[in-house]
Amino acid sequence: MAFQQIKLYQTGTFVAGNRLLDPEQRSVQARTGRSNSLTSGHRACRGCGEALGARYVLDAAMRATDGNLVAVNSTGCLEVFSTPYPESSWQLPWLHSLFGNGPAVAAGVAAALRAQGREDIRVVGQAGDGGTVDIGFGTLSGMFERNDDVLFVCYDNEGYMNTGVQRSGATPPAATTANTKALGGTPGNVFGQGKSVPLIAMAHEIPYVATATVAELRDLEYKVEKAMTFRGARYLHVFVPCPLGWGAASADTVKLARLAKETGLFPVFEAEAGTVTEVSKIRRQVPVEDYLRPQKRFAHLFGDQPRPDVVARLQARADRNIARFGLLPEGDE
Amino acid sequence: MLRQVEGSQAVARAVTLCRPQVIAAYPISPQTHIVESLSDRVRTGELTSCEYLMVESEFGAMSACIGASGAGARTYTATSSQGLLFMAEALFNASGLGLPIVMTVANRAIGAPINIWNDHSDAMSMRDSGWIQLFAESNQEAVDLHVQAYRLAESLSVPVMVCMDGFVLTHAFEEVDLPSQEQVDAFVPPLVPQQLLDPADPVTIGAMVGPEAFAEVKYLMHVKQMAALDEIPVIAEDFLRAFGRASGGLLKPYRVEDAETVVVALGSVLGTVEEVVDAMRDDGLSVGALGITCFRPWPVAEVREALGRAKRVVVVEKAFAVGAGGIVGQNVRDATRNLPVDVYDVVAGLGGRPITRASLRRLLDDVVAARVDASRLHFLDLDVELVQRELERARHGARPGPHAENMLRDIGTVASGAYE
Amino acid sequence: MDKPFAITLDVGTSRANKTGSWRTERAVYTNRMPPCNDACPAGENVQAWLYEAEEGGAGYERAWRKIMADNPFPAIMGRVCYHPCETACNRAQLDEAVGINSVERFVGDEAIRQGWTVSVEVPPTGKRVLVIGAGPSGLSAAYHLALRGHTVTIKEAGPMAGGMMRFGIPRYRLSRDVLDAEVQRILDLGVTLELDTKVGDLEAVRQDYDAVFLAVGAQLGRRAYIPAGEAAHVLDAVSMLRDLESGEKPLLGRRVAVYGGGNTAMDAARTAKRLGASEAIVVYRRTKDRMPAHESELREAEDEGVLFKWLSTIKQVDGGRLTVERMELDDTGFPRATGEVEELDADSLVLALGQDTDLSLLDGVPGLVVEDGVVAVGSDMMTGCPGVFAGGDMVPHERSVTVAVGHGKRAARHIDAWLSGAAPEPVARPALATFDTLNTWYYSDAPRAHRPVLDRARRESTFDEVVLGHDESTALMEARRCMSCGNCFGCDNCYGVCPDNAVIKLDDPGGKYLIDLDYCKGCGLCVAECPSGAIQMFPERI
Ligand SMILES: Cc1cc2nc3c(=O)[nH]c(=O)nc-3n(C[C@H](O)[C@H](O)[C@H](O)COP(=O)(O)OP(=O)(O)OC[C@H]3O[C@@H](n4cnc5c(N)ncnc54)[C@H](O)[C@@H]3O)c2cc1C
Ligand SMILES: Cc1ncc(C[n+]2csc(CCOP(=O)(O)OP(=O)(O)O)c2C)c(N)n1
Ligand code: SF4
Ligand code: SF4
Ligand code: SF4
Ligand SMILES: [Mg+2]
Repeated sequence: MAFQQIKLYQTGTFVAGNRLLDPEQRSVQARTGRSNSLTSGHRACRGCGEALGARYVLDAAMRATDGNLVAVNSTGCLEVFSTPYPESSWQLPWLHSLFGNGPAVAAGVAAALRAQGREDIRVVGQAGDGGTVDIGFGTLSGMFERNDDVLFVCYDNEGYMNTGVQRSGATPPAATTANTKALGGTPGNVFGQGKSVPLIAMAHEIPYVATATVAELRDLEYKVEKAMTFRGARYLHVFVPCPLGWGAASADTVKLARLAKETGLFPVFEAEAGTVTEVSKIRRQVPVEDYLRPQKRFAHLFGDQPRPDVVARLQARADRNIARFGLLPEGDE
Repeated sequence: MLRQVEGSQAVARAVTLCRPQVIAAYPISPQTHIVESLSDRVRTGELTSCEYLMVESEFGAMSACIGASGAGARTYTATSSQGLLFMAEALFNASGLGLPIVMTVANRAIGAPINIWNDHSDAMSMRDSGWIQLFAESNQEAVDLHVQAYRLAESLSVPVMVCMDGFVLTHAFEEVDLPSQEQVDAFVPPLVPQQLLDPADPVTIGAMVGPEAFAEVKYLMHVKQMAALDEIPVIAEDFLRAFGRASGGLLKPYRVEDAETVVVALGSVLGTVEEVVDAMRDDGLSVGALGITCFRPWPVAEVREALGRAKRVVVVEKAFAVGAGGIVGQNVRDATRNLPVDVYDVVAGLGGRPITRASLRRLLDDVVAARVDASRLHFLDLDVELVQRELERARHGARPGPHAENMLRDIGTVASGAYE
Repeated sequence: MDKPFAITLDVGTSRANKTGSWRTERAVYTNRMPPCNDACPAGENVQAWLYEAEEGGAGYERAWRKIMADNPFPAIMGRVCYHPCETACNRAQLDEAVGINSVERFVGDEAIRQGWTVSVEVPPTGKRVLVIGAGPSGLSAAYHLALRGHTVTIKEAGPMAGGMMRFGIPRYRLSRDVLDAEVQRILDLGVTLELDTKVGDLEAVRQDYDAVFLAVGAQLGRRAYIPAGEAAHVLDAVSMLRDLESGEKPLLGRRVAVYGGGNTAMDAARTAKRLGASEAIVVYRRTKDRMPAHESELREAEDEGVLFKWLSTIKQVDGGRLTVERMELDDTGFPRATGEVEELDADSLVLALGQDTDLSLLDGVPGLVVEDGVVAVGSDMMTGCPGVFAGGDMVPHERSVTVAVGHGKRAARHIDAWLSGAAPEPVARPALATFDTLNTWYYSDAPRAHRPVLDRARRESTFDEVVLGHDESTALMEARRCMSCGNCFGCDNCYGVCPDNAVIKLDDPGGKYLIDLDYCKGCGLCVAECPSGAIQMFPERI
């Protein structure tokens, strides 16, 4: 873990708060005064990881900036469930323009603030994986390359959920979606496609890139806070399970995020100026099967005609991440 | 101050005088000289407190303007042709959100085939995007329209597109009277945004609106455009007072009062049209011209009023709706509904083809002599032989149906007529 | 701001949309029974007092008072209790059980160091209760009865209070200072202790009291018939230990054999070593893993050089020599003689074969039933004779200090009810907080801290306490290893993890939480991510 360990043997750094901690050491989410940037009454599905992730990120950013924050949001579930006229769930200045232009809009906001001498106000851009890794990718890359003073956050639920769960460039192989069903001998989504935007972001050598999940709140908050200490383009890729799109129990959202990291399928790391500086080590390693089984999108791998070959390929992906990022604790490798 | 200056430089100077705070632009001919010049002006400090974003695309440019405008900054961009289309989605968004962005469109044809030269296909393709569209006849007017555009955009909270013919104007060196900073400052007050991303007073901008209110939102957009029809003449009058020069407004009537035949046109071709009008008047023919400065919103009543006494209206336009016909022509027909007037749709100057005085004169002579069928779409200076050859060749393949046969008959007419 | 219609909205307005109506299940805060509490024979609320201790500082006294509500001997418990709580502790399934007992000792010792006391908070009831025997059971009953306002008299046969805590358990396991301090605290509540007062006939004294609690323990060392020669030196373990405590040093010789496999055997062998025996050997008829002695006592005995002879019975004792027969276990684990014999040198043989109760004082008590040498009691600890209750070693149950204390407490509760004529308040027993109700991800990896022990050399020659206490920071760390099974410990996870902000955290230091049913969609995330399993989902009636 990249942040200061709190030596509290009962629950350590893993829970949100704990009455035994110095208030300063508690997470933003543990505070009664948290900003609830995304407040109640939104229309996200039960147990939506994206709703959770967005509040985590923005509350942390609100705290880091003393409330001087503006958010820009691309089209997607997050936007749709939060702002159906006449009700908004946002409690900070927020602008939605289009599906593919979030990064550019955010860059424009940042430019305007700079021109007005209001650089004390910071800008967060946010989008789903579709809005980030696919349709918004061009504007994202431009924003990175120009080093605009924006923290861009991708809430990765591995598909186009808002339009009814289609594949995106972040959908993992073998997942079934509305347009990658396991038909005609295919394993669901095919292998060998998709992209890692965190790595691509690093290739832009922007000041800060990090990945996180909704399962590790403190790590996530730490990264938001850290991101806010930099000026220039920053990128945070947050893994947010989608109960609806993944066919998972609503209560499993955090668990699945945890398993994605613990299997090695989703590497959690930080990079500065293009170089990885920290990785979150796997704490209790589990085989990918533990992660796949509770999700209906992978059910075909364990059905009447099980596909151990496909599961093995997914395990190989996890193993590759583990080797590549050094995800196992020292001595375990 | 009168200066012999390239149109693009003049516009860049005019924009500079309007003090935009964020410029986001992506190069495309023939807009390039404008944005290059602005980049220079920001770098030299001629334009201060301005952020110039070198975006990765026109989509990014318009999007950055949306963001910047949402954050309360005066914004500017410029594009042409493909670039405008690449912005299309964002254009509708900017107008839907009511953001007072000003954009120059250096008008250019749209590919394929790719073509960098002037016509109005780009602007016409975005005529329903909710932007106000103003067409400059000259570089002087281009300068003046930009100053007026900021005032208009910000007073109504709508985006404004200033169209100027690519190359014909942007690259032309003409004498232009460039206003002083004081004059412009006095004419364009500081921006007071209608809505703003402000942590001190947070709002949610860009909500999702369902069937229960969407039509009302759109209706209100329409009302705002209608209000522009009143606002534009007021601004033009103010401008005249402040700068001593008539510029802008909705329409430019030229010798129409008693004209039996009126040519309707937009942009730089108006100069040529006026010359032909003068020549025909000299020959005793009752001809006039009506320039459309404001195409969107469409000043339907004003156009009707201007054309009310004409017998023949010849719409010469640099774009058309493929498979349908004239675009401006349709609007003119709408404005003259139930009047005893024939409206002729003439497509001219596509992809940079010059519209010469001679061609125009021939066209008008034919119209006056009733040699032209008002119910058909006409193409000025079409290379009929070439087209026929091609059609012949194509005929070896599938048989064209009756609609295409009609077109072929048109070609026959044209071919037998006077103006190839 | 004159906002454009519909496109631009006021912030936070979605709170008008009560998404709680989507719910088919609701989250409800609950308390489950932590396995430690469940396993504690004295009925301590272990999780609750660890919760207090976790805070350190002022938390220790609150922790101590929580223990004292059930058990007047925290410091003694922290030394001699066999801590079934730790055996049951869920944390054992994660890494190692929480060192509950060591924290209890720390808290108990801290109370003695700081001089914390308890007092009677209720007016006297005027009822007189007689307690017979000042062992842990009698003392515990006296304590709880005194706290309830009753007038308690203890009649004790011996010269000092404590029972087997004093005359059985050797000093190297339980310092007498600690014992004295904790006994004194009970007497300070106004309990009358009459020493050297053996009750020979209950019926003779019973009428002077409104109720009686019998807690005479099991004082008689069991003797097995072993043919013994003239010069054979055979004695029983409890007598030996009692004599030692009374100041008589038993003569054991250089080589001592102890017969039996329980805790008493371990204590006898270890005591023999300390009294100068060069060799102490425990002879037991089964195997090591079948020994009833507690594992820690066996380990400590081994550490101190006590020898063991497994699968062996003693056939004959002569001066300086034992005849031993080898046994083997049959399929059912029962030891069977093999006929193979061998000889063993031993100057004395200590029998540690268990204890019986001297029930002579109960002759003629009407209704009282004796079965298998012990007194039958109901779940209310009352014997067949109304108003006469019994507990500890003299009733049929596992024999330990903690069980005895628990009996004393339970008996006090029922005596109190019996005296007032009211039914005792029922004790709520919620469902067990099993391991699978926890989300152990949230607990940091934290290996258990083991208590330091005395040097080998000093263990062989002195009766100093062998197992030492934790220092404060270690005790605190150990307390904080508790997972708070089944009970909220204020970690804020539910408050953090609800995607709908439907958990309200009340701004008080006690850290209370409420579910906001206006917005709870019933996703179950708070339940899944509560480390301690303190929230449950219940179907919504639709
Ligand atoms: C050597 C040894 C070691 C042990 N070690 C442990 C240990 O480490 N942990 C543990 O939990 N348990 C241990 N035990 C068991 C534990 O000590 C007993 O289970 C417990 O003390 C029983 O408590 P009690 O109050 O029922 O009886 P006792 O402790 O036996 O107390 C009975 C009291 O009644 C008095 N008495 C008896 N008859 C009369 C009478 N007629 N009139 C008046 N007074 C009378 C006795 O003098 C005595 O003081 C050990 C036992 C022994 C023998
Ligand atoms: C230009 C454009 N293309 C397609 C859409 C339709 N669309 C809206 S949201 C969306 C998918 C959103 O996916 P993602 O960004 O991953 O967000 P999620 O809904 O999964 O949170 C799509 C395809 C659109 N609004 N605009
Ligand atoms: S579809 Fe998925 S991302 Fe969208 S609201 Fe539902 S759970 Fe959240
Ligand atoms: S999650 Fe934490 S705060 Fe919430 S009930 Fe469980 S223990 Fe208490
Ligand atoms: S996490 Fe929130 S919405 Fe889900 S069950 Fe708990 S209180 Fe209800
Ligand atoms: Mg998505």
